[in-house]
Order: sequence, then structure tokens, then C-alpha cells
Amino acid sequence: MGAYIVRRLIAMVLMLVALSMIVFLIFNALPADPARLTCGKACTPQVIEANRTRLGLDKPIYEQYGTFVKGIFAGRTYGEGTSVSFECSVPCLGYSFRKGEEVSTLLWNRFPVTAQMALGAFVLWIVVGVSVGIIAALRRGRWQDRTIMGFALIGYSFPSFFIGLLLVFFIQIKWGLIGFEGYVPFYQDPAAWFSGFILPWTALALLYAAFYARLTRNQMLETMGEDYIRTARAKGLRERTVIGRHGLRAGLTPIVTAAGLDLAGLLGGAIVTEQIFALPGVGRLAIEAVVDADLPIITGTVLVAATFIIVANLVVDILYAVIDPRVRLA
Amino acid sequence: MSTAGTRGRFLDVRDLKVHFPSEDGVVSAVDGVTFSVDKGKTLAIVGESGSGKSVTSQAIMGLVNRKSAKVTGEVYLDGEELISARPEQVRSLRGKQMAMIFQDPLSSLHPFYTIGKQLVEAVRVHQDVSKDVALKQAKEMLDRVGIPSPERRLKDYPHNLSGGMRQRVMIAMALLNSPELLIADEPTTALDVTVQAQIIDLLRDLQQEFGTAIVLITHDLGVVADLADDVVVMYGGRVVERGPIDDIFYRPEMPYTWGLLGSVPRMDLGRNERLEPIPGQPPSLIRLPQGCVFRPRCPYHELVPGKRCDVERPELDPITPEHAVRCHLEPAQRKEIAIERLTAHAARKPAGTAGMEEK
Repeated sequence: MGAYIVRRLIAMVLMLVALSMIVFLIFNALPADPARLTCGKACTPQVIEANRTRLGLDKPIYEQYGTFVKGIFAGRTYGEGTSVSFECSVPCLGYSFRKGEEVSTLLWNRFPVTAQMALGAFVLWIVVGVSVGIIAALRRGRWQDRTIMGFALIGYSFPSFFIGLLLVFFIQIKWGLIGFEGYVPFYQDPAAWFSGFILPWTALALLYAAFYARLTRNQMLETMGEDYIRTARAKGLRERTVIGRHGLRAGLTPIVTAAGLDLAGLLGGAIVTEQIFALPGVGRLAIEAVVDADLPIITGTVLVAATFIIVANLVVDILYAVIDPRVRLA
Repeated sequence: MSTAGTRGRFLDVRDLKVHFPSEDGVVSAVDGVTFSVDKGKTLAIVGESGSGKSVTSQAIMGLVNRKSAKVTGEVYLDGEELISARPEQVRSLRGKQMAMIFQDPLSSLHPFYTIGKQLVEAVRVHQDVSKDVALKQAKEMLDRVGIPSPERRLKDYPHNLSGGMRQRVMIAMALLNSPELLIADEPTTALDVTVQAQIIDLLRDLQQEFGTAIVLITHDLGVVADLADDVVVMYGGRVVERGPIDDIFYRPEMPYTWGLLGSVPRMDLGRNERLEPIPGQPPSLIRLPQGCVFRPRCPYHELVPGKRCDVERPELDPITPEHAVRCHLEPAQRKEIAIERLTAHAARKPAGTAGMEEK
């Protein structure tokens, strides 16, 4: 298992290298001119060109990539050897001239909001989705099953912005149950923190819970039809034990995979939900950067989000081997 | 005879029916099956896939989902009726008084739990003992069914074992609480031939030691010949012939039984020898033919006058007190054809010399 993890870690690093190259290439192939981003509206072509040379943006792309990677591990100095040079500290993912801030600092400031949103929604959707999925499976074909699957279908088919807007419209605007304070840090005011997050949590969790209810139901139905479930019954085990010890253990294993990857995906930012509920998270940062064509931020957020997915993949694979003894990690 | 001699039998199944309502109509998986088994005896239920033999065994064990199937009739286990009993009562008998081993031991053992855990669980459902005591029992039983170094095997997962070992584990699991009835549903089908023989020997030894009644479900007539005292031949959810093993093998009286016996490969004939399959398909259990269920595949139905096979279901008629058959052919006709078919099967010459005249 140790050797397997080492091999997977190496593969992961290679994947990240390839990924960073692609991201870097794509964003440099865009028509947006990175040098143009370095100064404001009243900017002369002379200044732009001077900045281009100063920042090394006139160098070949592979050299720029080299500088970028070096920046991540060793930091870099912008405008080296000129009067306006400044340091970008490790891990330097670039510098946003628009925001006048290092990309890593921007991400670091925004990430806690996204993480709280993602984790809260995750807990909610796993608890709700998995439990109603189990109920639906055990009451297959009866009214409980039909009701749950009916709601799941609705939740599943509504886009998240629609659910989000419904929540905003009814709960915040029409009934005024929750104000528009938005994000308040927990340590400042726990109650305000909670009311700021409850709607985005609900909006995200509804969508995912619907998906997980269906997934859990199907997994459980499949598992409860397995031969070893019949064996468990033939032993004379109580139905509770048959379901709890034999059914759930096998039926919920695939959920672990899906859950790990979905959580990682959300940690990279939920663009729509953060936008609707005005949460200053990574997704919001990304969409602002896209609107402003702020290339360093876009590159940084994409890289970080992709890293989450790649790491989650490894974690999920290792976890799977722990749960299922048939999976040999060699 | 059918009722007079059955009283006091250890397992007594009477007019068992299992019907599954479906959108296309009612599936009569088992339709009026009656048989009985004494302690220490083995009854084989033979038939093709879909003949209802597995459903019969699961209905006895109470493993048929009563929400999706209608189960009627009577099953007496040591005098106690099970079909009308409370599910909780039947559950408490499962694994204790009656146990079951299944066809595919890999899929029938839980992949995520060790052998030890699964055996201990089986002990502790029915016996109020500590884990250590249960583990000791499990170890002893593994040893008893011929598993080498059982201590180590307890820590293995099912996928670590070979097919034969897994089936031994299944048998050990079934025998842990010394059941008086053991139902073996195709216990050797998934195993290779040498292992099959070992498992059959093991079952026979264990039966002698514990005096267990065995219901053996199989389509392998070789296994039947090795183990069974009595045979029930099922077709289309019904018993079409039943009797002591010698009657079934040497004096079969039902065209379907003849077909089954004729389709057994013979080792002495070369590999080019064509088997004699029974022509046609097993019947759909939804809309069974009006007359004899086997009529569409029966080569002899024209011998019965007045198209009786098309319109009238034959009853299970006793020929001798033990031997009964469901067929419209006259007894004399049946005997004659049976002798003809059995001698023909026995007299077939090895391939190459007889190949041509088949066509």
C-alpha cells in the first residue's frame, strides 16, 4: 500500500504539471493582453510596452511558464532590476494588477468562505440525501419511495440558480425571514453567520441531495438483491441487522467516491451559488476575474480547483481500499 | 398414500404454491408442490432452470419476499407449520433448525467481512455465547469440513479462498448450529469436478454424523445418483414425477424424466458424441398451456387419444406407493417406451461408429 501511494503521488505531481502547462497555455492564447492589464484606463501604448518588457511578457511562452512555476516554489520578483520592482512571496500564483494583490493572498482570503459553504452543504446533503435514499429503497414502490423520488426528480432537474433565486425571492424578499447581511464571520456573530449561510447551504444541498437520494436508492436496491444478503437472511439474522450490517456497508461504498469528488469540486468554488447569495468566495473571485479578464486570477483559481479534484481522487481511491478488502492497492 | 404416510415426516411440504403477480399476469413459479423428507435422508429436486426448484427451497426457508409473492400451502418442519407462522418465528428457525447453502459461494459470502466474522455472526444469532466461544466453534467447524489451518482462514476474506474452500465455508456456516434440515441449492454447480466430488463426500459424511435431512436442489443427475434417496422431478413449477432413486433412474415413467436422463453425457462415448437435448424451451410460467405443461415439448403426446394432452392437465398418479407420475400415457405404453429409451441410451456406440445413423 505504501508503494502504491508513492506511485500515485508521483502520478499526481505529473498530472499537476501537465495541467498547469495547459492552463498557462490556454490563458496566454486568449486575445486579452496581459500587459494591458498592468495599468489603468488612461494608459499610453508606451507604458504598456514598457511594462511588457519589465514583466518579461515579451519573452517566449516557455520561459514565462518557467518563471511562473519558479514563482510557486521560490517566489518571484516583478519588474526585477527596475525602480518599481516588488516581491511576490511563495507560493506565488501571479499578481493581479487590477486588484493590486497577489493571487495567492486573494485565494487565501476567499477560501474560508467557500470552504464553510461547501462543508455545510456537504453535511446537509449527505445526511438528507443518503437517508431518504435508504428509506426509498427499503420502501420501494410504495408511497414513501414515490414521494422521495418525485421530489428528487424536481430537485435534480431545477438548475441551482433557479432554486437559489426562489429562496432569495421567497425567504429574503417576500417573507423577509432572513436579511441581506451576507457573509459574517463566525467569530463576529454566530447567529448572523448561520443566517448568512443557511440559504446557500440549502440551495446547494437540495441539488446534491436529490442526486444522492437517487444514487443511494439505486445502490441499496442493487445491494439488497445480492446473494450475500440472502445468505444473511438464511442465517436467521434480524432484518435490521441484514440491512444495517450487510446492506449498508456494501451499498454505501460507492457513495464515498462520489461524495469525495463532489466535495472537492465545491471547494474549488461554486460560481452560481456564491454569486446569488453574494458570498465572497473563490467562485465569486473567479467570476469577477473572468468579467475583468484578469488572467492571473483565472489561472490561479483554475489551478487550485483542479488540484482539489486531483487530490480528492487519490484520497477516495485510498479510502476505497480501506473499505473494500477486495481492492488491492499494488 | 399421499397423506397417510406423511404424518410424522420431518419435512412435509403440501400443495406449496408461490405466485408472483406481475404486470404481464401471475407468474406461477411453484404450483402445488408436495413432497416430504425424513431425518437422515436426502431428497433431490431436479429440473431445468426455471422449473421452480430454487423458489420451492426458498419458500421453505421463508426467504421468498411475501410482499411480492403469494405463498400458500403448508410446510411442516418437525410438525410446525411455517407458511402461516409469524415471520419472526420462521426467522428464529432459519440458520438453527433449517439451514441453506447456495450455489455460488463467492457471491453468497459478504465480500467486506472476514470468514471469522461471518461465522461468529451465524453462531451468535442463535446462541447466547461470547465472541471467543463463537470463534472457537467456528474454528472447529472449519476443521470439521476439511479446511486446513482454520485459525488462519478465519482472518481471510472470501476472495482469498478457492472456490472449493469457499463452499466448505458455506457448509460450515450452515452447520454451525447443528440444523436438522439442510437445503443445498446447487451446491456443486460452481465448482470443478474433483472439488464437486469432495463436497458431495463431505455432505454425505456430515449427514451420517448429524442425521440431517437434506434437500438437494440440482440439475446434475450425477450428484443425484451419489447422494439422493428420493427424487422429485419438477417441470414448469410442478412435480411431474417423484419416487425413490432407483425408480427414477431405472423405471422412469414421464417423458420429461426420460429426456433428462437422455441428456446426461456419457464418459465412455467420445467427445464428438452428440448429447440428446430436450427440444424446445421451458414454458413461460405466466400463461401455462391449458393441458399438460410438458405437452409442447413432448414427443409422445400423439400416442394419447383424443388430444387429451392439449386440454386436460394430468394428475400426479401413484404407480406404486412411493412412485408417482403426471402423464396421460397408459402405464403399459410408458413402461415400453422407457425400456426402449433407456436401452437405446445405454447401447449407444462410441462416436465415429454410430455417428452416421443419427442423421
